[in-house]
Amino acid sequence: MSNESNIERHTIAVLVDNEAGVLARVIGLFSGRGYNIESLTVAEVDQAEHTSRITIVTVGTPMVIEQIKAQLARLVPVHKVVDLTVDTKAVEREMALIKVTGSGEKRVEALRLSDAFRARVIDTTHNSFVFEVTGAPDKIDAFIGLMRPLGLVDVSRTGVVAIARGPEAM
Amino acid sequence: MAAQELTGAEIVIKALVDQGVDTIFGYPGGAVLPIYDALFQQNKIRHILVRHEQGAVHAAEGYARSTGKPGVVLVTSGPGATNAVTGLTDALMDSIPLVCLTGQVATHLIGNDAFQECDTVGITRPCTKHNWLVNSAKELTRVMHEAFYVATNGRPGPVVIDIPKDVQFQKAEYVGPQNVVHKTYRPKVKGDIEAIKAAVDLIATAKKPIFYTGGGIINSGPFASQLLREFVQLTGFPITSTLMGLGAYPASDKQWLGMLGMHGTYEANNAMHDCDVMINIGARFDDRVTGRIDAFAPNSKKIHIDIDASSINKIIHADIGIVGDAGHVLEDMIRIWKSKAVKIDKSALADWWRQIDHWRDRRSLDYKKSDEIIKPQYAIERLYQLTKDRETYITTEVGQHQMWAAQHYHFEKPNRWLTSGGLGTMGYGLPAAIGVQIAHPDALVIDIAGEASIQMCIQEISTAMQFMAPVKIFILNNEYMGMVRQWQELLHGGRYSHSYSESLPDFVKLAEAFGAVGIRAKTPGELDDKIKQMIDTPGPVVFDCVVDKFENCYPMIPSGAAHNEMILGDDPEAAMVTEEGKMLV
Ligand SMILES: Cc1ncc(C[n+]2csc(CCOP(=O)(O)OP(=O)(O)O)c2C)c(N)n1
Ligand SMILES: [Mg+2]
Repeated sequence: MSNESNIERHTIAVLVDNEAGVLARVIGLFSGRGYNIESLTVAEVDQAEHTSRITIVTVGTPMVIEQIKAQLARLVPVHKVVDLTVDTKAVEREMALIKVTGSGEKRVEALRLSDAFRARVIDTTHNSFVFEVTGAPDKIDAFIGLMRPLGLVDVSRTGVVAIARGPEAM
Repeated sequence: MAAQELTGAEIVIKALVDQGVDTIFGYPGGAVLPIYDALFQQNKIRHILVRHEQGAVHAAEGYARSTGKPGVVLVTSGPGATNAVTGLTDALMDSIPLVCLTGQVATHLIGNDAFQECDTVGITRPCTKHNWLVNSAKELTRVMHEAFYVATNGRPGPVVIDIPKDVQFQKAEYVGPQNVVHKTYRPKVKGDIEAIKAAVDLIATAKKPIFYTGGGIINSGPFASQLLREFVQLTGFPITSTLMGLGAYPASDKQWLGMLGMHGTYEANNAMHDCDVMINIGARFDDRVTGRIDAFAPNSKKIHIDIDASSINKIIHADIGIVGDAGHVLEDMIRIWKSKAVKIDKSALADWWRQIDHWRDRRSLDYKKSDEIIKPQYAIERLYQLTKDRETYITTEVGQHQMWAAQHYHFEKPNRWLTSGGLGTMGYGLPAAIGVQIAHPDALVIDIAGEASIQMCIQEISTAMQFMAPVKIFILNNEYMGMVRQWQELLHGGRYSHSYSESLPDFVKLAEAFGAVGIRAKTPGELDDKIKQMIDTPGPVVFDCVVDKFENCYPMIPSGAAHNEMILGDDPEAAMVTEEGKMLV
């Protein structure tokens, strides 16, 4: 029942028990049922409780998004599923490490633009920079776009992490 | 409770006993020898030795579905585990609670491609409700008890516990099941009361209502079936059910329309198509039921009650979705219905019944009778007439015979009908029948089979012999993979590519080779006597019922068609399959 016109992008946070295979379960759910993953990040967030938080950015029709949430919620090691795109206004951040090579004008221009994006230089040689840039995904997209003609050679992105605004916990 | 130090293998056995298990189905091998040794030294658990691990899982399914208790399987690593995969997938699709214990190579060998190693948790992750690899005996108690909890609570399903051989030897403390609480898994059993009230209000306005029920009622337990009967009779509404739900409502009742779906009755499917309020309890809008989605009950409001939230709005939009156990929700619904003293539109309902009777008059299950050859439908009818007054359980294989059994054998009680609905697994019926018979030694257990399907797990006749499980294998032998042939007729110009059952064994001699009894019937005239002979035989019987080779199963909704576009047996020329329909299974 996919209606191409009403595709939405959602950021979903999943709190899971950090047991063996839990990530494979989540990823297997998406591949097995043909859902999209735009990005997925995961790390332990509570050592004492052994819980990890997975942040998934996915696209689909409202019916598919609802399915994804219901399917995630019924996995046995899942504590909680929150749709950060629906339930709250959330802040989303991503970090990228971006390597640019070149010299002369282009090198100067890359450095100047990085300043405008509040990117930090974390490694440098005579003919290369590694920038660290943080922000919403579209800001990172924009920065990468600007670096492309200036000698972009390598990109590593974390994928989105997100959290709800306001005092409430997940 | 004083701490008890036991070996991993002993913990397994103790946990099984504490979980109320008295029967397991299995097959030994190197990686489970310690557990087999522990089994040898006790007498609380009976082990049924199958002849192939697929058989163990189906037998456990049969045991589970006929008793309402979880089925337990024990197999070795590698090939033992991979052979179990079909059964596990079958149980997942049909929501059957199973606990499957698999042996694994020792922990220090995992990942080394050791002898008979396979990634069992990796392979079974998508075909189980949950699975565990147990890394130390310390975890074993908890995992064992959790496994039973997960398999049986919420929407039931199969779970796998993969136990490395060294863990089976390690010693650890055993704790009883009462102290184990699951960290995350808390399925919702009580439905939301506001939603149930809204559902009652909607039902009260119905002019053309229908109950559409499924396996969820059976899984909820006999009480849910009882409540269903009460509610359906309270409303006076018509009721149909899926293949998996047969028996929840008595087939002899006048409100019963028969099964719906691809081979359902004309009245059930047309009533679904034309209804204005649909009350789905424990069914999942499977594609065998809905036919073409965009033409499915187009003018109806739908109430969907399911214990699995992900079933609601998966395929068909529900106007009112209620997440909860069928029994609990029905209980609340009846209470609210009574307290509101609902008045239904009696004259609209009478009109609706008149319309339904009109569809009934089409007699969609009728077929051309014959004095010379046995019509498969006739064989099922006779089998039904001659066994219905006994404590009878019916299992099936997969194909035309399965559909004819669903159409012409009628069930009055839940848990008496066992068939592979979701996965459609040929080979299910015989081992499932053995599982039923082990649980109900005095019952009459019949596997209605096809000559092709029965060969998939035929080796289990040997299991039936060993454990004196007097199952009756009733083969509708049409010398074809009939269902495949029917589709080839419908979709592929009658080119019967590899669907003829060539080089069949002589089933009577085959039975005798196993030490069972073989009976063959070739004419309608001798059928009754031979069926009686089968019933009166104390041990396992293989009944080779030679039937019309070319009979097709009608009525039928062809793939990609709507409920009101059925092909009827007396008018098969009307078959219209669209190009899109051909793509569907
Ligand atoms: C394991 C498996 N393989 C293949 C199929 C596809 N299939 C469905 S019905 C059928 C033919 C079954 O033939 P038979 O058992 O003789 O039953 P009939 O339709 O003739 O009654 C086949 C091959 C299946 N359902 N299961
Ligand atoms: Mg056949």
